[in-house]
Amino acid sequence: MQKLLLLGDEAIAQGALDAGLSGVYAYPGTPSTEITEYIQNNKEARERGVHCTWSVNEKTAMETAVGVSYAGKRALVCMKHVGLNVAADPFTNSAITGANGGLVYLIADDPSMHSSQDEQDSRFYARFAQIPCLEPSNQQEAYDMIRYAFDLSESMRTPVLFRVTTRMAHSRSGVERRETRKPNDLKLCENPKQFILLPANARKQYKELLAKQEAFEQHARKDGFNRYEDGADKTLGIIACGIAYNYLLENYENLKCPHPVLKISQYPIPRADVQRMMDECERILVLEEGYPIYEELLRGYMNNGGRISGRLDGTLPRDGELNPNIVAKALGLPATRGEAVPELVVARPPALCVGCPHIDSYLALNEAMKDHGKGKVFADIGCYTLGAMPPYNAICSTLDMGASITMAKGAADSGLTPVVAVIGDSTFTHSGMTGLLEAVNDKASITVMIMDNSTTGMTGGQDSHALGKIEQICLGLGVEREHIRLLKPLKANHEENVQIIKEELAYNGVSVIVPRRECIQTLNRRMKKQQAAKK
Amino acid sequence: MKKDIILAGVGGQGILSIATVIGRAAVENNMFLKQAEVHGMSQRGGDVQSHLRISTDPIASDLIPEGKADLIISVEPMEALRYLPMLHKDGWIITNTEPFKNVPNYPDEQVVFDELKKQPHVTAFNADQVAKDLGSARSANMVILGAAARHLGLPFEEFEKAIRAIFGAKGDAVVESNLTALRKGAELGK
Repeated sequence: MQKLLLLGDEAIAQGALDAGLSGVYAYPGTPSTEITEYIQNNKEARERGVHCTWSVNEKTAMETAVGVSYAGKRALVCMKHVGLNVAADPFTNSAITGANGGLVYLIADDPSMHSSQDEQDSRFYARFAQIPCLEPSNQQEAYDMIRYAFDLSESMRTPVLFRVTTRMAHSRSGVERRETRKPNDLKLCENPKQFILLPANARKQYKELLAKQEAFEQHARKDGFNRYEDGADKTLGIIACGIAYNYLLENYENLKCPHPVLKISQYPIPRADVQRMMDECERILVLEEGYPIYEELLRGYMNNGGRISGRLDGTLPRDGELNPNIVAKALGLPATRGEAVPELVVARPPALCVGCPHIDSYLALNEAMKDHGKGKVFADIGCYTLGAMPPYNAICSTLDMGASITMAKGAADSGLTPVVAVIGDSTFTHSGMTGLLEAVNDKASITVMIMDNSTTGMTGGQDSHALGKIEQICLGLGVEREHIRLLKPLKANHEENVQIIKEELAYNGVSVIVPRRECIQTLNRRMKKQQAAKK
Repeated sequence: MKKDIILAGVGGQGILSIATVIGRAAVENNMFLKQAEVHGMSQRGGDVQSHLRISTDPIASDLIPEGKADLIISVEPMEALRYLPMLHKDGWIITNTEPFKNVPNYPDEQVVFDELKKQPHVTAFNADQVAKDLGSARSANMVILGAAARHLGLPFEEFEKAIRAIFGAKGDAVVESNLTALRKGAELGK
């Protein structure tokens, strides 16, 4: 069959489609966004009517997908690692309900925080919920494993967590497609109580989940994604998880490691294989792209054995993603680093685009706030987080999706005044609305700026659920009509915008200001398309 | 045959179109390929790089080890220097000299050029100007690719073929302007 040159994300999308997917449910987040976009742009998916519109947030995405599974069909849920915090409630509870149709949670972790606020390791979540976890090491494996994930989900009647990291998600390689199969027909589960988590049912089902653990481990041992590769030099044995396996092999001629290697792409890690390595090898090195989860399990909290090395004993760095050089150092191989970076090279951090509406919003806000002192503008997750950088230096916080409004309220409750929350349109519908309702009901004195660029900008311009609805939502939540102010963030309107912001800062209650102008990136793209259409 | 290539530039400069052409040529010649890209926040005007690896044998890592890159292909001069730790001592730098100044403390241009000239194997010229003179300002990328072509281990025609295949849908004029840019780059890269 044809070989496609696909990103890891795209290989997963194609694999899911070919495995008989009925719907993808997702909120954009780096490095997971391209999976859903690939399905949205795929002709076969469109013809088949695979659901692929964006969800309002990760929690709604996951719950909807559980509904799809309930109805007997296959659903893929995609999000970045921190999105799983938002969806943690349905995530952990769906481990108890179990699945009907194949249910796969694709979680894209971002070690080294290339585009994130933490580097949490989703394998922890899989252990927490006690469900199987898969972690491919290359694009072909990602393609093949996603079908396996659906099969495992259906045969074991459990959701499966499919973990990738940034380099897996955003690296391209050749992928061979397999035959496609049809989506499932509508078919409710045999046990009508399966999805009713009343305590009496839940207690029973939790016991069933516990009883499945042994089978999960057996699958991990026998289904071919974990492999014990023997090696002659038994002074060291290496457990290599996910793409760490590639970094290991990169260090050896012809990709042949002289030590025994346990390649791990499926969890829980089979104890029998680890036992063999413990018996055969003097020392064990654990390579994990993320937290030292299995390293700590193997060594124990007190490291009494002293034979296990990795991130906890300094053999590998405690944080950040791995790479071939870090692994080389852990193996005691010589450094290969070339010339140093010349001193003249300066950092080039990301910045707001030229022509970005947020620039004009921040310039107006900064001027309106200049007599009120620093530390009173709470921001959120999106391009406007870059307002933290010079020359704006405009914001004092970025915690999680939606926290601008609630943190501002907490500061106002504590007597800080005036306080401002800055939140994007898509982030507002993702997680800002509930906080705004609370502020209205509590008569908090805050000014909320909903920076409406009419898209989900940071991840590349996905549809925003807030489009055309912001004023109605705010009215519905109880914000007073005269304190919902629309402005157009343009240089020419600067004085007028500063004046409007000042007026609302002076109001002792909840104000919403909506600076509205389309994202310069989506605007340019639209213009280009229009021009091309004219030609 | 195996080539490890660092592609460098600033978010939005389009280094991935260079990777697409090389990748197409490599895959058409039944080579293995791995290419790690940067998506997300850093794309907003920050420094971006792509690790492109092509080989007749299977490739393990998506990332090139330090000191092992055969080539740095850069569309911006300071960005070329950022990846020196990745370059093999016999490796080449092919770079545009047109600076992209979106930071207030961008170094003096002459200092950047002097540093580039100190490197043992370097081809550096203003690809923006070359592209402009050819009447296709947007094809500076293909000029740089042309200059790098002789180091890539594949016959020059393979890159021409790849350009035809990739830009074919955009019409003959686009194909021709890219081919002209590629050929001019090859001439300057000699």
